[in-house]
Amino acid sequence: MPEPVGDLLVEMDGVSKDFPGVHALRGCRFELRRGEIHALVGENGAGKSTLMKILAGVYRMDAGRIRLKAADVDIATPRAAQQLGISIIHQELSLMPHLSAAQNIFIGREPRGRIPFFIDERRLNEQARTLFSSLNLKVDPQAKVGKLTVAQQQMVEIAKALSYNAEVVIMDEPTATLTETEIDELFRIIRKVRDNGVGVVHISHRLEELKRISDRVTVMRDGQYIATVDTKDASIERIISMMVGRTIYEGAAEIPETANPEVVLDVRALNRGRMVRDVSFTLRRGEILGLAGLVGAGRTEVARAVFGADRPDSGTILVHGQVAHIHSPADAVRHGIGYLSEDRKRYGLAIGMDVESNIVLATLRRFADAIGRVDFRRTRATAEQRVHRLDIRTPSIRQKVRNLSGGNQQKVVIAKWLTADTEILIFDEPTRGIDVGAKSEIYHLLNDLARQGKSIIMISSELPEILRMSHRIVVMCEGRIRGELSGAEATQEKIMTFATMRTTAIGPQTAA
Amino acid sequence: MKTEPAVLTQTRRVRLVRSDAVQRLLAFGALILIIVVFSLASPNFLQFDNVVGILLATTVTGVLALGVTFVIITGGIDLSIGTVMTLSAVMTAIFLTEWHLPIPLGIVAGLATGALAGLVNGVFIAKLKIPSFIATLGMLNVAKGLALVISGLKPIYFNDTPAFNQAAMGSVVSAVVPGLDVPNIVLVFFGAAILASLVLSKTILGRYTFALGSNEEAARLSGVSVDGWKMAVYTLAGLFSGLAGVLIGARLNSAQPSLGQGYELDAIAAAVIGGTSLSGGEGTILGTVIGAFIISTLTNGLRIMSVPQEWQTVVTGGIVIIAVYLDIVRRRRQA
Repeated sequence: MPEPVGDLLVEMDGVSKDFPGVHALRGCRFELRRGEIHALVGENGAGKSTLMKILAGVYRMDAGRIRLKAADVDIATPRAAQQLGISIIHQELSLMPHLSAAQNIFIGREPRGRIPFFIDERRLNEQARTLFSSLNLKVDPQAKVGKLTVAQQQMVEIAKALSYNAEVVIMDEPTATLTETEIDELFRIIRKVRDNGVGVVHISHRLEELKRISDRVTVMRDGQYIATVDTKDASIERIISMMVGRTIYEGAAEIPETANPEVVLDVRALNRGRMVRDVSFTLRRGEILGLAGLVGAGRTEVARAVFGADRPDSGTILVHGQVAHIHSPADAVRHGIGYLSEDRKRYGLAIGMDVESNIVLATLRRFADAIGRVDFRRTRATAEQRVHRLDIRTPSIRQKVRNLSGGNQQKVVIAKWLTADTEILIFDEPTRGIDVGAKSEIYHLLNDLARQGKSIIMISSELPEILRMSHRIVVMCEGRIRGELSGAEATQEKIMTFATMRTTAIGPQTAA
Repeated sequence: MKTEPAVLTQTRRVRLVRSDAVQRLLAFGALILIIVVFSLASPNFLQFDNVVGILLATTVTGVLALGVTFVIITGGIDLSIGTVMTLSAVMTAIFLTEWHLPIPLGIVAGLATGALAGLVNGVFIAKLKIPSFIATLGMLNVAKGLALVISGLKPIYFNDTPAFNQAAMGSVVSAVVPGLDVPNIVLVFFGAAILASLVLSKTILGRYTFALGSNEEAARLSGVSVDGWKMAVYTLAGLFSGLAGVLIGARLNSAQPSLGQGYELDAIAAAVIGGTSLSGGEGTILGTVIGAFIISTLTNGLRIMSVPQEWQTVVTGGIVIIAVYLDIVRRRRQA
């Protein structure tokens, strides 16, 4: 159906982008009208963020074209995008913690004083205050952003994007860390912006949210454009089927109900700073315990404290019923605990080294004799065996880990911990950055490990993943455990209820 | 909205007491303590001549520290400031003594030399993405070598331009308050400190200095031309090195080509003692000035007490380590 050209704000066509080893986008298209809220949906890794980062000048496309108000444009930098009236709120908060809220919002376009290069700080704060009150936001413009709560920071971020008077506002999962009230507030603001004739792109995972807020929906899958539909004509089921395209996951894993499995890990009243408060839970042999919650709920912090990466302020950890004094990761490994970071490339792997070296990295001493000579025949045999057992797809054990896909890198990390004889494995977002096909393999692997008697804590922000994998689910919010659900009784709604049980409201933060 | 101001004032007051100000207060307290201890230990310590000596000793390192404070707040480091200072002094000497040019031109030559060296650092760091540690370590040696080559390995004396030294060591203050012979060079340091403080806290350059150290990527995504401002910061640090070069030349009435290396460490130490965080994003000029005074007062006091110079170095080193450790403790508590 042909649209009047003046109505179209953005047209993207044939957009392709490759990252090393991945076709992020292939011939993608997207259009945005004036005064609409356009939802962009797709699974993790579908390419939504990449597409929008190209529009916002963060990435350059390899091929394709972008038209803004019927004119071809070249968006080379974030600044160019801003000058064209395109504003983006990034998924990961991109604020400067040492600067105040007002300073963050007007960074790069500070009101100048009478003397050249001088900033009119009073006007800066005044403008921020006006902006906040127009959005009904109770944040002190002079408060340092690093001292605000995550939700407050998110609101500052949104206020910042809106402050550009942009014609196109892109929101990359803006609601991921907000409570219901905050989301209502955000939606109120988004609608107001739309009614002023701005085109809003809303990237989100939460489909029920899209029904509430969006006018049209564009679905992407595996870096490709699938379809654009009017929201009122599309059922959630139809959108899901377009997103998934094929059945990737089979039904939920059966849970072997072993009679009275032994408690292998017992965490009691663990505290560390603001992010871990009075956390207690148990983990049984052969169990997969899901640790659910919103981003910033303190799950990773709990994992790091249990693993000895950060020292807890107080609390007791019992392994096999015995008090374990875990002061460092080395202590944790001695107690049979392994931690698989969400950021594999930074914390999990030596990516410049080969598969074999990575697999034996944590246990090299076992392969060495008294004066430190490593028996490389044995390391090779062990590595070969792990690669075979875990079905790690690599041309050889000499391949550099950097050149493997995300799924296979994850398997190498798992192989490393299995070689170290760990009984308790903490997986932090095990499928982040792993493409859809490889995900189910990781799921199979986790199930196999559990069946072999390993105990697993799985941190995941993806509810379907938590629901599918966990025998039991513990939900965190603001550093506290807010609820526990058995795998059978858990639903997305129940988890979300616990995950948004906040105590801190959005408002001027009193010194805590 | 009506009830808010009360809450805001309260948070602001709390913030003032708890945050960055802590290390500065700590540093200031330490300075007072050092002064008290030494004046009790030695009657000579608070003698006017000795106080002037401390002020003079603080001047050169202090000016260097002002510049390097900016660099450290961006999360970088500048190791070249000491030898760039030397090179600047040598260039001033070439202009004045070899070429017999007017004194103002010689001063401009020194400042320009420093700024140029800083700009080169900035280009290597911002454009070629060479880590600041390596780039400025390279510049340290380049400047050191150039200073020796240009001077022909020998000190150049400002014998033809006695006014240069007189302007620096004379005292405008004593003209106003007879007997108070504070050399002009000290006033230059305080003037430079006030200027640096204004730039850091009131101008866009200062704002982006903090932004770079706090979250460079966020600044870039907000449309700040990160590379340009980073080059500006290193150029500014170079400019301060140039000023330090002019000052040390005027004070010694000569350009000493082999003097300079080691000054950068005292300057960096002054900034760190004053609460500038080596991980970037935090720091103040006032803190740096206090830090510079701590180092010079300590050195001076220990000398008065006849502590051998080797031990003075040991003490300064220890203080730097303590200062950095305190910064880490503070950071950990905030997290």
